[in-house]
Amino acid sequence: MLRLEKRPQPSKNWSYGAPLLAVVLTIILGMGLFAILGKDPVIAIKTIFWDPVFGQFAHFYRPEVVKKAAPLVLIAVGLSFGFRAGIWNIGAEGQYIIGAICGAGVALAVYPYDTRWVLFPLMIVAGALGGFLWAMIPALLRVFFKTNEILVSLMLVYVAEVLIKAFSIGLLRNPEGYGMPGSRNLRQYPAAANLDLISGTGFHWGALTAVFAVVVAYVMFTRHQFGFNVRLAGQSPRAAGFAGVNANKLIIVCLGLSGAMAGLAGLFEVAGPSGQILGSFPSYYGFTAIIVAFLGRLNPIGILLAGLLMALTYIGGQAAEAQLNLPSAAILTFQGMLLFCLLAVDVLTNYRFKIGKAEVR
Amino acid sequence: MDINPILLLAALMVASTPILLAAIGELVVERSGVLNLGVEGMMIVGAVCGYIAGHSSGNPYLGFVGAAAAGAALSLIFAVLTQFLLTNQVATGLGLTMFGLGLSSLIGQGAKGSPDLTVSKLHIPLLADIPVVGPILFQHDVMVYLSVAIVAGVWAFLKYSRAGLILRAVGENHDAAHALGYNVRAVRVLAIMFGGACAGLAGAYISLVRVPQWIDGITAGAGWIALAIVVFASWKPWRLIAGAYLFGGVTVLQLNLQAEGLKIPVEYLSMAPYLATIVVLVMIRAGRAPASLGKSFHPST
Amino acid sequence: MTLLDLQGLTKAYPGVVANSDISFAIGKGQIHALLGENGAGKSTLVKTIYGLVRPDAGTMTLEGAPFTPTDPRAARAAGIAMVFQHFSLFDALTVAENIALGMENPPKQRELAQRIREVSENYGLPLSPDRIVGDLSAGERQRVEIIRCLLQDPKLLIMDEPTSVLTPQEVEILFGTLRLLASEGTSILYISHKLEEIRALCEHATVLRLGKVVGTCDPRETTSRDMAELMVGSTLMTPKRDSETLGDDVLVIEGLTAPAPHQFGTALKNISVSVKSGEVLGIGGVAGNGQDELVAALSGEMPVSAAMVSLDGQAIGHLDPNTRRKIGLCAAPEERNGHAAAPDMTLTENALMTAKTRLGLSKNGFLDWASARDFALSVIDGFDVRTPGPETAARALSGGNLQKFVIGREILQKPRVLVVNQPTWGVDASAAAAIRQALLDLAGEGSAVVVISQDLDEILEIADRFAALNEGTLSPAVPTAGLTMERIGLMLGGAHDMEAAHVEA
Repeated sequence: MLRLEKRPQPSKNWSYGAPLLAVVLTIILGMGLFAILGKDPVIAIKTIFWDPVFGQFAHFYRPEVVKKAAPLVLIAVGLSFGFRAGIWNIGAEGQYIIGAICGAGVALAVYPYDTRWVLFPLMIVAGALGGFLWAMIPALLRVFFKTNEILVSLMLVYVAEVLIKAFSIGLLRNPEGYGMPGSRNLRQYPAAANLDLISGTGFHWGALTAVFAVVVAYVMFTRHQFGFNVRLAGQSPRAAGFAGVNANKLIIVCLGLSGAMAGLAGLFEVAGPSGQILGSFPSYYGFTAIIVAFLGRLNPIGILLAGLLMALTYIGGQAAEAQLNLPSAAILTFQGMLLFCLLAVDVLTNYRFKIGKAEVR
Repeated sequence: MDINPILLLAALMVASTPILLAAIGELVVERSGVLNLGVEGMMIVGAVCGYIAGHSSGNPYLGFVGAAAAGAALSLIFAVLTQFLLTNQVATGLGLTMFGLGLSSLIGQGAKGSPDLTVSKLHIPLLADIPVVGPILFQHDVMVYLSVAIVAGVWAFLKYSRAGLILRAVGENHDAAHALGYNVRAVRVLAIMFGGACAGLAGAYISLVRVPQWIDGITAGAGWIALAIVVFASWKPWRLIAGAYLFGGVTVLQLNLQAEGLKIPVEYLSMAPYLATIVVLVMIRAGRAPASLGKSFHPST
Repeated sequence: MTLLDLQGLTKAYPGVVANSDISFAIGKGQIHALLGENGAGKSTLVKTIYGLVRPDAGTMTLEGAPFTPTDPRAARAAGIAMVFQHFSLFDALTVAENIALGMENPPKQRELAQRIREVSENYGLPLSPDRIVGDLSAGERQRVEIIRCLLQDPKLLIMDEPTSVLTPQEVEILFGTLRLLASEGTSILYISHKLEEIRALCEHATVLRLGKVVGTCDPRETTSRDMAELMVGSTLMTPKRDSETLGDDVLVIEGLTAPAPHQFGTALKNISVSVKSGEVLGIGGVAGNGQDELVAALSGEMPVSAAMVSLDGQAIGHLDPNTRRKIGLCAAPEERNGHAAAPDMTLTENALMTAKTRLGLSKNGFLDWASARDFALSVIDGFDVRTPGPETAARALSGGNLQKFVIGREILQKPRVLVVNQPTWGVDASAAAAIRQALLDLAGEGSAVVVISQDLDEILEIADRFAALNEGTLSPAVPTAGLTMERIGLMLGGAHDMEAAHVEA
């Protein structure tokens, strides 16, 4: 019988190897899934993973991958702090939506004010602040009432979804939009638009922020006391208390940070790729970012790679939907499988399999 | 306003049933020391499987059986990952929800139903004819009563049976239970599957009775509310009923107010159940959670 | 007549042979001691008898028949009962429910409650079946375990370090119960490293060292010193103090009062005591009487009113742990794994954890890993911590080595005041002696040292004054010179509500 034995030391090799093994496993399982759906599995995988990067139309797909990856990485890096500390912000999607509403709201309120260097920074601040405040609701309730932050942050996603629908047909509706739902399109508002920094690459301000966040987070985790405290609190809460880490402060900082970063992602999205406040703005980025965070093993560099990979599954999935008629839900299922595989192989980092009779059952 | 309070209360029982079913399943899971955040995912897979099984067989009850089986099957993924591969329960539960949402949508592609398939209402002799109380309590479909019966059954199981005592012991201190020779994993896997089956039933109730049809994302957060109610009930079965009916009440009232064309925009009313959940979570001092809740168990010597 | 006969039991784990060719026999009605240091293989052996571990080789014979329990249930069915060192109890359940869980075929609840009352009275261990276990004292919790065993009329009762949570008076009562049981024909396998107790109770002893049987003796006719040397395999050094010059009061605790931090915690009630420079204050007490809370209040994990704790005249009761460290107060809580140290982190990281403030290992929030590593190395070298290096995870160290690391980490910060809780708990004798010597050396250099311990011998060995902690209150401190065990027992709260067993036989 196969049994698990705890390693005295976490395996360095497996901590790098596990995510790769997970991706390989998921591709195998995914091929099975696509075969069940009646698609040629090899072609499906090629359409999803290969063509968008190296295929004939890669020049069209590549910027899209970058645009998708930017919010995922930005949100996931924010979440990784809380997740490492054992603080579960599951409501990044809500903070993302509120960030978008606040950021866009500033621009729409002063329209057609046109000094970009005043307006755009202001929007960024508003977006981050919106996400931050939305995340403060679960944070403060947790600190003062010991309310479960998972449930509260999650309930607030539903509330945020309702709010953006309401705003898109109410307060923020485009007065020149002939009564159609949706706000003015910020892409057509030069002072407020978040356009590509290098034209045609998809690399917009949000992507730049995401890269910056990765670097800062990397430094924090490896060199700074804050990152150390976060890791300590997650691994041994009592030891963290003994080391002088204030648990309540950590909850507020971690939730606030992840909220602000999700809010930023929302702002960059609404001012860029999406362009307007619309009922259909919520995009599941806030949830997918959770997978990205784990896929990247809560490590900033890993998250950057995982974000790109996950963006690729989206874009490749869209391509597969168009070319092979693969249902879009198949990609969501595929992403779920990816998370399962990753979590499953992670066991190899801290345990090893032994063949032999079980010690105890 | 002329909202009929009798119809309102009767509707409340129907609206509460899926939440109650999902919550009683999760309660058993959590009492065994496992936190499964995948209720929403198991529920929606139950909804689509129940819908297809019910409509393809023409028998809604077979639909419920299929839904329970599908929920339990999905929960097995969670059980294997968390109990044998020792994955983080929070992350795995979230993954299960996402996976379930995707899978249900995939399964439900082009699922067709017939309008004639209905779950008939019971008309309990004598009791159903009592004025006021009759229409509120005694003219529902069998699943409404089954959900209450499951709650009663779980209560008696936990309080009086030896298996229930073992389940509580496992949730309280898995190392001690192991030292006494109880099979912690087996107990937990069974509890997780029970939770999955209940979530499946809950989903099918939505797609076969409450709505009744199949739409992507039909559960709309009900699974999460069920999780909140377990905390609200301090892990005690009877308090679940109060919790579920409270939220059912908010939902029904909100729908009725919408129908009445109240001044408050529809959107804001539909936030009510979620906000109510938060308010209740804040106000209720949660009781003591099972001590091993959410912790991985590895039988190392 | 032989009850249980063990022949050639061997059990190996990766990298260590826990039991090697162990053979001995336990007679009917015999109180048989199993002696050995931590890591000698006692736990593995009893787990084998109790069905939790399966031996690689060797046989067991119970009353002449082969005995191969596949799990604890099988062992219980065969008449083996065990009282665990770390109680296998369920805090949120009642006494009766806890007892039912340890029985194969428990009677109905009401009948069970009745039998619990009967047995507990017959053996002088009063206990109410309806109480929630989490609310019980350590001694009462042990009674639950014992009664759980007794209800099954065991042939062999295994007791793993049962007295570590009892006052001397409670120990006497427990011994009365065990002698009564033995006289009724129950065999008892008594595991301990406390030699005086074994001399008082047992009629036969098997001594283990490094997984092997190294000797047997009749403890009533063997001196403690001989048994200790058999157990350790070498002569033991006794900790010594170089100088005994006491200075001014360094740590002053004045009216320290704090509510219980959690449901099953203990409130601190008006504790006042002071410790001088160069002095070692020993605080004794049975587990669960406020030790953890007192350490938390002193370390800063549980801040209290400013004036309740002062160091060199400065009120520090309200400060957080790192500010206290900066001023000069360091601490080492009881639990090594997950409290004093983070098991999954490296030794360097663990060194940084408490030393960053006092040793300036963090500048503007940025961590100085190179200096942290050097500090970890100096702890490893200075305290003989056996480890491949500072990049090893703390969880890979044995209990004794990790404890040396934790204590060394605090001592090398040269604190004004050091507070330690259970400094040698679960540590082998040579490591324990080294730790005690290091504490004395620290005092010798003029620091004030507070040693909280349940091991009274340890306190008598190194402390200048002794105070007893009982249900969150602290007795006045008295000099240890000339203190008797009986006096200490009374200070610790005597026998609480226990009554002597009705010894009829």
